[in-house]
Amino acid sequence: MIGLGLQIWSLWQREMRRFSRQRSRLIGAVLQPVVFWFLLGAGLNGAFRPPGAPPATTYMEYFYPGVIVLVLLFTAIFSTISTIEDRREGFLQGVVVAPISPAAIVVGQALGSTTLALGEGLVFLVLAPLAGISLSLAGVLATVATMAVIAFGLAGLGLALAWRMESTQGFHAIMNLILIPIWLLSGAFFPRAGAPRWLQSIMSVNPLTYAMALLRGSLYLRNFEFGASAGQTGLAVAVTIGFAALMLMLAVSVARRGLALS
Amino acid sequence: MNEASFPQLSTLAVAERATAAEAIVARGVGFSYGAREVLRGVSFTVSRGEVFGFLGPNGSGKTTLFRVLSTLAMPARGTVSMLGQDLREASRTLRRSLGVVFQNPAVDAKLTVSENLRYHGYLYGLRGAKLKERKEAMLELLELKDFAAAKVQTLSSGFRRRVELAKALLHEPEILVLDEPSSGLDPGARREFFNYLLKLRASRAVTVVLTTHHMDEAERCDRVAVLHRGQLVALAPAGELKRRIGGDVVVVHAARPELLQQRLKQRFGYPVTLVDGMLRLESPRGYLLVAQVVEAFGEEVESISFGKPTLEDVFIQLTGQRFFPFADAESADAQSDRT
Repeated sequence: MIGLGLQIWSLWQREMRRFSRQRSRLIGAVLQPVVFWFLLGAGLNGAFRPPGAPPATTYMEYFYPGVIVLVLLFTAIFSTISTIEDRREGFLQGVVVAPISPAAIVVGQALGSTTLALGEGLVFLVLAPLAGISLSLAGVLATVATMAVIAFGLAGLGLALAWRMESTQGFHAIMNLILIPIWLLSGAFFPRAGAPRWLQSIMSVNPLTYAMALLRGSLYLRNFEFGASAGQTGLAVAVTIGFAALMLMLAVSVARRGLALS
Repeated sequence: MNEASFPQLSTLAVAERATAAEAIVARGVGFSYGAREVLRGVSFTVSRGEVFGFLGPNGSGKTTLFRVLSTLAMPARGTVSMLGQDLREASRTLRRSLGVVFQNPAVDAKLTVSENLRYHGYLYGLRGAKLKERKEAMLELLELKDFAAAKVQTLSSGFRRRVELAKALLHEPEILVLDEPSSGLDPGARREFFNYLLKLRASRAVTVVLTTHHMDEAERCDRVAVLHRGQLVALAPAGELKRRIGGDVVVVHAARPELLQQRLKQRFGYPVTLVDGMLRLESPRGYLLVAQVVEAFGEEVESISFGKPTLEDVFIQLTGQRFFPFADAESADAQSDRT
């Protein structure tokens, strides 16, 4: 078998080169969430008091990690969704007739997507002081590691969707009906503690709730039950990593089915 | 390690390869999309070093056949063996020996020519000095040297197709499979592109199999397989196919072709077919027929021409509704008139 690493490297590098030639993509994927953050943050600042948070916590601060996840979600999803057209009339046509396994294709794509999402997340992380969060070096490292795992999971989710879909047309429906609600109900937008009971139950089975809690914890490097109440660190870490692993396996299996010779 | 062992090894390898004299042997290949049967028992053999063309209109099944030959689809019925290996058993290993050019661009337009080749090379395990050497050779072969650093999107469509070809040949495939390789090219660029394929034939190192709906392209292949509704209706060198038509082809343009068709039939008793608004007649001595038609219906004829049969004529004859070899056609036509 041809070097798996070299094949994955090929797909990853291609993604990086492509992205470096499309600066507007970078700006687009960060700018929209930033505008969101400023407008919603400013508008809700006065009305919002996160339950269980220190009294000085503003909505700008509460919402900030949520917007990080939104940045990751946008980048991961948009970079993976190109798969749909790419495999019909693009570069991927040539990849799928190469002596390469579906797993290598998916891993290469997921790593490319993760890197891009992480890059975008880092750009946004620079704005942390504006949210009133002062980051320590350890906090930055923990946050970057958490972002990487979340981005990888979201890339896996995006690829599982993209390898299944025949056209990009249905994608907006999926974005609005599945992806945005998953994000909204992760504690990104409002804390679980203050929500009605039925909403709380939905939030507690949403894997992104745990990822969200882990991200908050990484940013502050202290008890991350703050505003998210997802339980202990161990659980949040396990769910976040487990979600990423599961999504990768799902994407590989969907891609394998899509590439199976009929 | 003694030096002499290398040539010996490579001679052995060559001998082993040569045992599979045929590049592709397909027997009774069938394929269906749901209830729709798109390939119905297609059989053919492609020799090594041959340039082999599948000619057919949209919907004839040629793209499905391309998908089978490029290991993207498995034939539901029948067998395909490539380079002596069964496609069903060895599709993964066969992929190393296949170069594939798709109808839609598969090069990344945002990347440079050189980057496209590099990433393609990685997928086939090429790297370092070997990759560089292959890349240089391909840029040389396809005359792309001056454009190695150019983004593909800045190149003309003819150049882009050459990049596709360079990419497909980079990993030294033994069989090159192309689906409508010149789609989107003007006739000049199409001819030019084919010249590169013929360059490959000259070296006899690569077997070329392509699908096309362009007659001029099909004519330049060593052999042409005419595909119609999922079946092969002819397989021969283009020249031989053309000789099967008995003589010249007369083409008449008229303001009211349907009316003239009726009148020509009545007057001459020739079978006259209407294809794309043009009336076509076959005659062993077309120039005589031209004079006769103009004399009789000069008023209605806008233009009239005659020429040696082309592959298009062959195709019309093989797949057109009421078009048969001249002698048979007369009786067939007469019969259908009677009923």
